[in-house]
Amino acid sequence: MAEANVFVNNPGLAEATREQDLIARVQRGQNELFYELVRPYERRVYAAALAILRNESDAEDVAQEAMLKALANIRQFRAEARFSTWLIQITVNEALMRRRRERTAIMEGMDDRRDEEGEYAPRDFADWREIPSESLERKEVRQRLAEALATLDRKYREVFVLRDMEQLNIQETAEALGISVASVKTRLLRARLMLRDLLAAGWEQGWFSRLPFEKGTKPW
Amino acid sequence: MVNEAIRCERVWQEISNFLEGDVEPGLRAAMDEHFKTCKKCVSVLEGTRNVIRLYGDERMIEVPAGFSRRLERRLGRSRKGPNVVWSTWSAWLVPLAALLLIGGGIRVANSTSVPRPMLSEHANPGENIPPDMLVVISADAKDFHVRGCPFIHNKDKERTLTAKEAMREGYVPCVRCMRKYLETAEAGHISLEQEAQTDVDGDDQAVTGAR
Repeated sequence: MAEANVFVNNPGLAEATREQDLIARVQRGQNELFYELVRPYERRVYAAALAILRNESDAEDVAQEAMLKALANIRQFRAEARFSTWLIQITVNEALMRRRRERTAIMEGMDDRRDEEGEYAPRDFADWREIPSESLERKEVRQRLAEALATLDRKYREVFVLRDMEQLNIQETAEALGISVASVKTRLLRARLMLRDLLAAGWEQGWFSRLPFEKGTKPW
Repeated sequence: MVNEAIRCERVWQEISNFLEGDVEPGLRAAMDEHFKTCKKCVSVLEGTRNVIRLYGDERMIEVPAGFSRRLERRLGRSRKGPNVVWSTWSAWLVPLAALLLIGGGIRVANSTSVPRPMLSEHANPGENIPPDMLVVISADAKDFHVRGCPFIHNKDKERTLTAKEAMREGYVPCVRCMRKYLETAEAGHISLEQEAQTDVDGDDQAVTGAR
Protein backbone atom coordinates (compact mmCIF):
# COMPACT_ATOMS: atom_id res chain seq x y z
CA MET A 1 0.00 0.00 0.00
CA ALA A 2 2.84 2.35 0.95
CA GLU A 3 4.51 1.64 -2.37
CA ALA A 4 1.28 2.39 -4.25
CA ASN A 5 1.02 5.74 -2.46
CA VAL A 6 4.55 6.62 -3.51
CA PHE A 7 3.59 6.04 -7.13
CA VAL A 8 0.35 8.01 -6.82
CA ASN A 9 2.24 10.94 -5.40
CA ASN A 10 5.00 10.67 -7.99
CA PRO A 11 3.76 9.53 -11.42
CA GLY A 12 7.22 10.07 -12.89
CA LEU A 13 8.67 7.53 -10.52
CA ALA A 14 5.95 5.03 -11.40
CA GLU A 15 6.67 5.53 -15.08
CA ALA A 16 10.41 5.09 -14.57
CA THR A 17 9.86 1.93 -12.55
CA ARG A 18 7.54 0.54 -15.18
CA GLU A 19 10.11 1.33 -17.88
CA GLN A 20 12.86 -0.43 -15.93
CA ASP A 21 10.64 -3.45 -15.55
CA LEU A 22 9.88 -3.50 -19.29
CA ILE A 23 13.56 -3.18 -20.14
CA ALA A 24 14.45 -6.09 -17.87
CA ARG A 25 11.74 -8.27 -19.37
CA VAL A 26 12.74 -7.51 -22.95
CA GLN A 27 16.36 -8.17 -22.03
CA ARG A 28 15.24 -11.58 -20.78
CA GLY A 29 13.75 -12.32 -24.19
CA GLN A 30 10.17 -11.03 -24.05
CA ASN A 31 10.57 -9.19 -27.33
CA GLU A 32 6.83 -8.79 -27.76
CA LEU A 33 6.99 -6.08 -25.06
CA PHE A 34 9.50 -3.99 -26.96
CA TYR A 35 6.96 -1.83 -28.77
CA GLU A 36 5.32 -1.00 -25.46
CA LEU A 37 8.73 0.07 -24.20
CA VAL A 38 9.54 2.37 -27.13
CA ARG A 39 6.07 3.71 -27.85
CA PRO A 40 6.50 6.82 -25.64
CA TYR A 41 9.60 7.76 -27.65
CA GLU A 42 8.58 6.93 -31.19
CA ARG A 43 7.81 10.56 -32.04
CA ARG A 44 11.13 11.76 -30.71
CA VAL A 45 12.96 9.06 -32.61
CA TYR A 46 11.24 10.13 -35.80
CA ALA A 47 11.99 13.81 -35.15
CA ALA A 48 15.68 13.10 -34.59
CA ALA A 49 15.89 11.22 -37.87
CA LEU A 50 13.97 13.94 -39.69
CA ALA A 51 16.24 16.69 -38.34
CA ILE A 52 19.20 14.97 -39.95
CA LEU A 53 17.66 13.60 -43.14
CA ARG A 54 15.01 16.25 -43.93
CA ASN A 55 12.96 13.67 -45.76
CA GLU A 56 9.88 12.14 -44.17
CA SER A 57 10.13 8.79 -45.92
CA ASP A 58 13.81 8.35 -45.10
CA ALA A 59 13.21 9.51 -41.55
CA GLU A 60 10.49 6.93 -41.01
CA ASP A 61 12.63 4.18 -42.46
CA VAL A 62 15.59 5.15 -40.31
CA ALA A 63 13.37 5.39 -37.24
CA GLN A 64 12.22 1.82 -37.82
CA GLU A 65 15.78 0.63 -38.45
CA ALA A 66 16.92 2.32 -35.26
CA MET A 67 14.18 0.61 -33.27
CA LEU A 68 15.18 -2.77 -34.69
CA LYS A 69 18.80 -2.10 -33.87
CA ALA A 70 17.84 -1.10 -30.34
CA LEU A 71 15.94 -4.35 -29.96
CA ALA A 72 18.88 -6.35 -31.26
CA ASN A 73 21.21 -4.66 -28.80
CA ILE A 74 18.87 -4.27 -25.84
CA ARG A 75 21.08 -6.48 -23.67
CA GLN A 76 23.89 -3.99 -24.04
CA PHE A 77 21.80 -1.20 -22.55
CA ARG A 78 22.97 -0.25 -19.09
CA ALA A 79 20.96 1.77 -16.63
CA GLU A 80 23.62 4.49 -16.34
CA ALA A 81 22.00 6.25 -19.33
CA ARG A 82 18.39 7.15 -19.86
CA PHE A 83 16.70 4.71 -22.18
CA SER A 84 15.33 7.55 -24.30
CA THR A 85 18.82 9.01 -24.71
CA TRP A 86 20.21 5.64 -25.72
CA LEU A 87 17.42 5.27 -28.27
CA ILE A 88 17.95 8.75 -29.71
CA GLN A 89 21.70 8.18 -30.00
CA ILE A 90 21.12 4.98 -31.96
CA THR A 91 18.74 6.90 -34.22
CA VAL A 92 21.20 9.72 -34.79
CA ASN A 93 23.90 7.20 -35.69
CA GLU A 94 21.59 5.45 -38.13
CA ALA A 95 20.54 8.73 -39.71
CA LEU A 96 24.11 9.99 -40.04
CA MET A 97 25.13 6.71 -41.66
CA ARG A 98 22.21 6.93 -44.06
CA ARG A 99 23.12 10.48 -44.98
CA ARG A 100 26.74 9.54 -45.57
CA ARG A 101 25.65 6.70 -47.82
CA GLU A 102 23.41 8.93 -49.83
CA ARG A 103 25.99 11.72 -49.99
CA THR A 104 23.47 14.43 -49.27
CA ALA A 105 25.90 15.78 -46.69
CA ILE A 106 28.12 17.02 -49.49
CA MET A 107 25.32 19.11 -50.91
CA GLU A 108 24.18 20.47 -47.57
CA GLY A 109 27.70 20.99 -46.31
CA MET A 110 28.19 23.76 -48.82
CA ASP A 111 25.67 25.85 -46.94
CA ASP A 112 27.30 25.16 -43.63
CA ARG A 113 30.66 26.72 -44.32
CA ARG A 114 29.60 30.24 -43.55
CA ASP A 115 28.97 31.94 -40.31
CA GLU A 116 30.45 29.80 -37.54
CA GLU A 117 33.28 32.11 -36.57
CA GLY A 118 31.45 35.44 -36.63
CA GLU A 119 29.19 36.42 -33.75
CA TYR A 120 25.46 36.39 -34.36
CA ALA A 121 23.69 39.56 -33.32
CA PRO A 122 19.91 39.60 -32.76
CA ARG A 123 18.02 41.81 -35.23
CA ASP A 124 14.72 42.42 -33.53
CA PHE A 125 14.35 44.13 -30.17
CA ALA A 126 10.62 44.63 -29.96
CA ASP A 127 8.81 44.38 -26.67
CA TRP A 128 7.97 40.67 -26.58
CA ARG A 129 5.90 38.76 -24.11
CA GLU A 130 5.29 35.10 -23.49
CA ILE A 131 3.58 33.24 -26.30
CA PRO A 132 0.88 30.92 -24.93
CA SER A 133 1.51 27.21 -25.30
CA GLU A 134 -2.10 26.86 -26.40
CA SER A 135 -1.11 28.38 -29.72
CA LEU A 136 0.53 25.05 -30.54
CA GLU A 137 -2.93 23.52 -30.75
CA ARG A 138 -3.20 25.26 -34.10
CA LYS A 139 -1.71 23.26 -36.91
CA GLU A 140 -0.83 26.43 -38.77
CA VAL A 141 1.38 27.61 -35.93
CA ARG A 142 3.15 24.28 -35.68
CA GLN A 143 3.64 24.35 -39.42
CA ARG A 144 5.19 27.80 -39.27
CA LEU A 145 7.54 26.82 -36.51
CA ALA A 146 8.57 23.70 -38.40
CA GLU A 147 9.24 25.77 -41.52
CA ALA A 148 11.39 28.19 -39.56
CA LEU A 149 13.39 25.30 -38.18
CA ALA A 150 13.81 23.83 -41.65
CA THR A 151 15.46 27.03 -42.88
CA LEU A 152 18.39 26.61 -40.47
CA ASP A 153 21.61 25.18 -41.76
CA ARG A 154 22.03 21.52 -40.98
CA LYS A 155 24.61 21.88 -38.24
CA TYR A 156 22.47 24.35 -36.30
CA ARG A 157 19.27 22.42 -36.85
CA GLU A 158 20.72 19.11 -35.65
CA VAL A 159 22.08 20.55 -32.43
CA PHE A 160 18.88 22.47 -31.73
CA VAL A 161 16.65 19.45 -32.31
CA LEU A 162 18.73 17.14 -30.14
CA ARG A 163 19.08 19.60 -27.28
CA ASP A 164 15.82 21.55 -27.27
CA MET A 165 13.38 19.07 -28.79
CA GLU A 166 14.87 15.70 -27.87
CA GLN A 167 16.03 17.01 -24.49
CA LEU A 168 19.50 15.48 -24.67
CA ASN A 169 21.94 17.41 -22.53
CA ILE A 170 24.90 19.27 -24.01
CA GLN A 171 27.32 16.41 -23.45
CA GLU A 172 24.96 13.82 -24.93
CA THR A 173 24.32 16.02 -27.94
CA ALA A 174 28.05 16.37 -28.51
CA GLU A 175 28.55 12.61 -28.28
CA ALA A 176 25.62 11.81 -30.55
CA LEU A 177 26.88 14.13 -33.28
CA GLY A 178 30.56 13.48 -32.74
CA ILE A 179 31.44 17.12 -32.11
CA SER A 180 32.89 19.03 -29.16
CA VAL A 181 30.89 20.45 -26.28
CA ALA A 182 32.11 23.92 -27.25
CA SER A 183 30.75 23.45 -30.78
CA VAL A 184 27.40 22.35 -29.39
CA LYS A 185 27.18 25.50 -27.28
CA THR A 186 28.15 27.78 -30.15
CA ARG A 187 25.70 26.19 -32.57
CA LEU A 188 22.94 26.09 -30.01
CA LEU A 189 23.27 29.82 -29.31
CA ARG A 190 23.10 30.61 -33.01
CA ALA A 191 20.19 28.29 -33.63
CA ARG A 192 18.17 29.81 -30.80
CA LEU A 193 18.89 33.40 -31.81
CA MET A 194 18.19 32.72 -35.47
CA LEU A 195 14.88 31.05 -34.66
CA ARG A 196 13.97 33.94 -32.44
CA ASP A 197 14.54 36.36 -35.31
CA LEU A 198 12.69 34.11 -37.78
CA LEU A 199 9.68 34.00 -35.51
CA ALA A 200 9.85 37.74 -35.06
CA ALA A 201 9.69 38.05 -38.83
CA GLY A 202 6.85 35.56 -38.80
CA TRP A 203 5.01 37.86 -36.46
CA GLU A 204 5.38 40.63 -38.95
CA GLN A 205 3.94 38.33 -41.61
CA GLY A 206 0.94 37.48 -39.46
CA TRP A 207 1.77 33.91 -38.37
CA PHE A 208 0.23 34.54 -35.00
CA SER A 209 -2.34 37.09 -36.14
CA ARG A 210 -5.25 35.13 -34.72
CA LEU A 211 -3.62 34.78 -31.34
CA PRO A 212 -5.05 36.89 -28.52
CA PHE A 213 -2.07 39.20 -28.12
CA GLU A 214 -2.39 42.73 -26.96
CA LYS A 215 -2.30 45.29 -29.71
CA GLY A 216 1.20 46.66 -30.32
CA THR A 217 3.11 43.88 -28.64
CA LYS A 218 4.78 40.75 -29.97
CA PRO A 219 4.20 37.35 -28.52
CA TRP A 220 7.32 37.41 -26.37
CA MET B 1 25.53 49.86 -23.01
CA VAL B 2 23.22 50.68 -20.17
CA ASN B 3 25.14 48.77 -17.57
CA GLU B 4 28.81 49.63 -17.31
CA ALA B 5 29.66 46.23 -15.95
CA ILE B 6 28.75 44.23 -19.03
CA ARG B 7 28.02 45.04 -22.66
CA CYS B 8 24.93 43.91 -24.60
CA GLU B 9 27.06 41.95 -27.09
CA ARG B 10 28.48 39.92 -24.25
CA VAL B 11 24.98 39.26 -22.91
CA TRP B 12 23.83 38.02 -26.32
CA GLN B 13 26.76 35.64 -26.61
CA GLU B 14 26.05 34.23 -23.17
CA ILE B 15 22.26 34.22 -23.37
CA SER B 16 22.09 30.53 -24.29
CA ASN B 17 24.46 29.47 -21.51
CA PHE B 18 22.52 31.73 -19.13
CA LEU B 19 19.31 29.85 -19.92
CA GLU B 20 21.15 26.55 -19.53
CA GLY B 21 22.30 27.64 -16.06
CA ASP B 22 25.83 27.30 -17.36
CA VAL B 23 27.46 30.62 -16.45
CA GLU B 24 29.65 31.26 -13.44
CA PRO B 25 28.00 33.16 -10.56
CA GLY B 26 29.79 36.47 -11.18
CA LEU B 27 28.68 36.62 -14.79
CA ARG B 28 25.15 35.57 -13.86
CA ALA B 29 24.91 38.40 -11.34
CA ALA B 30 26.19 40.90 -13.90
CA MET B 31 23.68 39.70 -16.48
CA ASP B 32 20.82 39.82 -13.98
CA GLU B 33 21.78 43.39 -13.19
CA HIS B 34 21.98 44.21 -16.91
CA PHE B 35 18.48 42.88 -17.60
CA LYS B 36 17.04 45.26 -15.04
CA THR B 37 17.84 48.23 -17.20
CA CYS B 38 18.26 46.95 -20.80
CA LYS B 39 15.03 46.39 -22.73
CA LYS B 40 16.87 45.09 -25.78
CA CYS B 41 18.53 42.30 -23.86
CA VAL B 42 15.28 41.45 -22.05
CA SER B 43 13.73 41.09 -25.50
CA VAL B 44 16.51 38.73 -26.54
CA LEU B 45 16.22 36.79 -23.30
CA GLU B 46 12.44 36.42 -23.46
CA GLY B 47 12.41 35.62 -27.16
CA THR B 48 15.04 32.92 -26.75
CA ARG B 49 13.27 31.50 -23.73
CA ASN B 50 10.07 31.22 -25.75
CA VAL B 51 11.83 29.53 -28.63
CA ILE B 52 13.11 26.87 -26.23
CA ARG B 53 9.71 26.43 -24.62
CA LEU B 54 7.72 26.25 -27.83
CA TYR B 55 10.00 23.88 -29.69
CA GLY B 56 10.42 21.74 -26.57
CA ASP B 57 6.70 21.07 -26.52
CA GLU B 58 5.74 17.50 -27.48
CA ARG B 59 3.14 18.85 -29.87
CA MET B 60 5.90 20.21 -32.06
CA ILE B 61 6.87 16.67 -33.01
CA GLU B 62 4.46 15.28 -35.53
CA VAL B 63 4.73 11.93 -37.22
CA PRO B 64 3.20 10.89 -40.56
CA ALA B 65 -0.23 9.27 -40.45
CA GLY B 66 0.04 5.54 -39.75
CA PHE B 67 3.59 5.82 -38.44
CA SER B 68 2.87 3.97 -35.19
CA ARG B 69 0.98 1.18 -36.89
CA ARG B 70 3.76 0.63 -39.44
CA LEU B 71 6.41 0.64 -36.76
CA GLU B 72 4.54 -1.87 -34.63
CA ARG B 73 3.98 -4.09 -37.64
CA ARG B 74 7.65 -4.04 -38.60
CA LEU B 75 8.73 -4.87 -35.07
CA GLY B 76 6.20 -7.71 -35.11
CA ARG B 77 7.61 -9.05 -38.37
CA SER B 78 11.12 -9.03 -36.97
CA ARG B 79 9.94 -11.15 -34.03
CA LYS B 80 8.45 -13.76 -36.38
CA GLY B 81 11.63 -13.90 -38.41
CA PRO B 82 15.04 -14.88 -37.08
CA ASN B 83 15.51 -13.75 -33.52
CA VAL B 84 17.51 -10.58 -33.95
CA VAL B 85 18.75 -10.73 -30.39
CA TRP B 86 20.75 -13.77 -31.33
CA SER B 87 23.34 -11.94 -33.32
CA THR B 88 26.30 -13.57 -31.63
CA TRP B 89 28.07 -16.90 -32.06
CA SER B 90 25.55 -18.57 -29.79
CA ALA B 91 22.98 -18.24 -32.56
CA TRP B 92 24.81 -20.98 -34.45
CA LEU B 93 24.90 -23.47 -31.60
CA VAL B 94 21.32 -24.73 -31.90
CA PRO B 95 21.32 -25.45 -35.66
CA LEU B 96 24.79 -26.98 -35.37
CA ALA B 97 23.69 -29.26 -32.55
CA ALA B 98 20.61 -30.24 -34.56
CA LEU B 99 22.76 -31.17 -37.56
CA LEU B 100 25.06 -33.25 -35.41
CA LEU B 101 22.10 -35.06 -33.86
CA ILE B 102 20.57 -35.80 -37.26
CA GLY B 103 23.89 -36.97 -38.66
CA GLY B 104 24.54 -39.17 -35.66
CA GLY B 105 21.04 -40.63 -35.83
CA ILE B 106 21.42 -41.54 -39.48
CA ARG B 107 24.74 -43.19 -38.76
CA VAL B 108 23.30 -45.28 -35.92
CA ALA B 109 20.28 -46.26 -38.01
CA ASN B 110 22.48 -47.42 -40.87
CA SER B 111 24.69 -49.43 -38.57
CA THR B 112 21.76 -51.48 -37.27
CA SER B 113 19.56 -51.91 -40.34
CA VAL B 114 22.02 -52.55 -43.15
CA PRO B 115 24.35 -55.62 -43.20
CA ARG B 116 27.88 -54.52 -42.84
CA PRO B 117 29.77 -55.19 -46.07
CA MET B 118 32.89 -57.32 -46.14
CA LEU B 119 35.81 -55.23 -45.07
CA SER B 120 38.17 -57.19 -47.34
CA GLU B 121 37.95 -59.61 -50.19
CA HIS B 122 40.52 -61.72 -48.37
CA ALA B 123 38.08 -62.38 -45.56
CA ASN B 124 35.33 -63.60 -47.92
CA PRO B 125 34.51 -67.27 -47.22
CA GLY B 126 33.39 -67.87 -50.82
CA GLU B 127 30.38 -69.76 -52.10
CA ASN B 128 29.63 -73.18 -53.52
CA ILE B 129 33.11 -74.39 -52.88
CA PRO B 130 32.92 -78.19 -53.02
CA PRO B 131 33.60 -79.33 -49.49
CA ASP B 132 35.68 -82.28 -50.61
CA MET B 133 37.71 -80.26 -53.04
CA LEU B 134 41.39 -80.73 -52.36
CA VAL B 135 43.13 -77.48 -51.60
CA VAL B 136 46.55 -76.46 -50.48
CA ILE B 137 47.58 -74.40 -47.50
CA SER B 138 50.98 -73.31 -46.36
CA ALA B 139 52.57 -72.26 -43.14
CA ASP B 140 52.26 -68.61 -42.08
CA ALA B 141 49.44 -67.95 -44.59
CA LYS B 142 45.68 -67.49 -44.24
CA ASP B 143 44.55 -68.56 -47.72
CA PHE B 144 43.87 -71.96 -49.25
CA HIS B 145 44.62 -72.50 -52.91
CA VAL B 146 44.09 -74.80 -55.85
CA ARG B 147 47.16 -76.91 -56.27
CA GLY B 148 49.65 -75.17 -58.54
CA CYS B 149 48.47 -71.60 -57.74
CA PRO B 150 51.44 -69.29 -58.28
CA PHE B 151 50.53 -67.28 -55.21
CA ILE B 152 51.23 -69.99 -52.68
CA HIS B 153 53.88 -68.82 -50.25
CA ASN B 154 56.30 -71.14 -48.50
CA LYS B 155 55.66 -73.95 -50.96
CA ASP B 156 58.13 -76.10 -49.13
CA LYS B 157 55.77 -76.12 -46.15
CA GLU B 158 52.51 -76.62 -48.04
CA ARG B 159 49.91 -79.12 -46.92
CA THR B 160 46.95 -80.63 -48.81
CA LEU B 161 43.51 -80.97 -47.27
CA THR B 162 39.84 -80.57 -48.21
CA ALA B 163 38.24 -77.15 -48.54
CA LYS B 164 35.92 -78.01 -45.65
CA GLU B 165 38.89 -78.76 -43.44
CA ALA B 166 40.67 -75.61 -44.55
CA MET B 167 37.64 -73.52 -43.69
CA ARG B 168 37.33 -75.17 -40.35
CA GLU B 169 40.92 -74.27 -39.62
CA GLY B 170 40.16 -70.64 -40.43
CA TYR B 171 41.59 -70.42 -43.92
CA VAL B 172 39.82 -68.39 -46.64
CA PRO B 173 39.84 -68.93 -50.42
CA CYS B 174 42.66 -67.39 -52.44
CA VAL B 175 41.30 -64.36 -54.32
CA ARG B 176 43.16 -65.34 -57.46
CA CYS B 177 42.88 -69.08 -57.97
CA MET B 178 39.46 -69.38 -56.34
CA ARG B 179 37.95 -66.19 -57.68
CA LYS B 180 34.99 -67.90 -59.33
CA TYR B 181 33.80 -69.01 -55.89
CA LEU B 182 34.19 -65.50 -54.52
CA GLU B 183 32.34 -63.55 -57.21
CA THR B 184 28.99 -65.11 -56.33
CA ALA B 185 29.56 -65.15 -52.61
CA GLU B 186 27.87 -61.86 -51.80
CA ALA B 187 24.71 -62.71 -53.75
CA GLY B 188 24.03 -66.20 -52.41
CA HIS B 189 25.93 -66.04 -49.21
CA ILE B 190 25.78 -69.76 -48.67
CA SER B 191 28.77 -70.05 -46.53
CA LEU B 192 31.04 -72.99 -46.23
CA GLU B 193 31.66 -71.65 -42.76
CA GLN B 194 28.19 -72.82 -41.78
CA GLU B 195 28.84 -76.26 -43.17
CA ALA B 196 32.18 -76.40 -41.52
CA GLN B 197 30.62 -75.29 -38.25
CA THR B 198 27.93 -78.01 -38.64
CA ASP B 199 30.65 -80.55 -39.06
CA VAL B 200 32.43 -79.27 -35.98
CA ASP B 201 29.21 -79.54 -33.96
CA GLY B 202 28.62 -83.04 -35.33
CA ASP B 203 32.14 -84.11 -34.51
CA ASP B 204 31.76 -82.67 -31.01
CA GLN B 205 28.49 -84.54 -30.51
CA ALA B 206 30.10 -87.72 -31.76
CA VAL B 207 32.94 -87.24 -29.32
CA THR B 208 30.47 -86.59 -26.50
CA GLY B 209 28.40 -89.65 -27.46
CA ALA B 210 31.52 -91.78 -27.57
CA ARG B 211 32.27 -90.77 -24.05
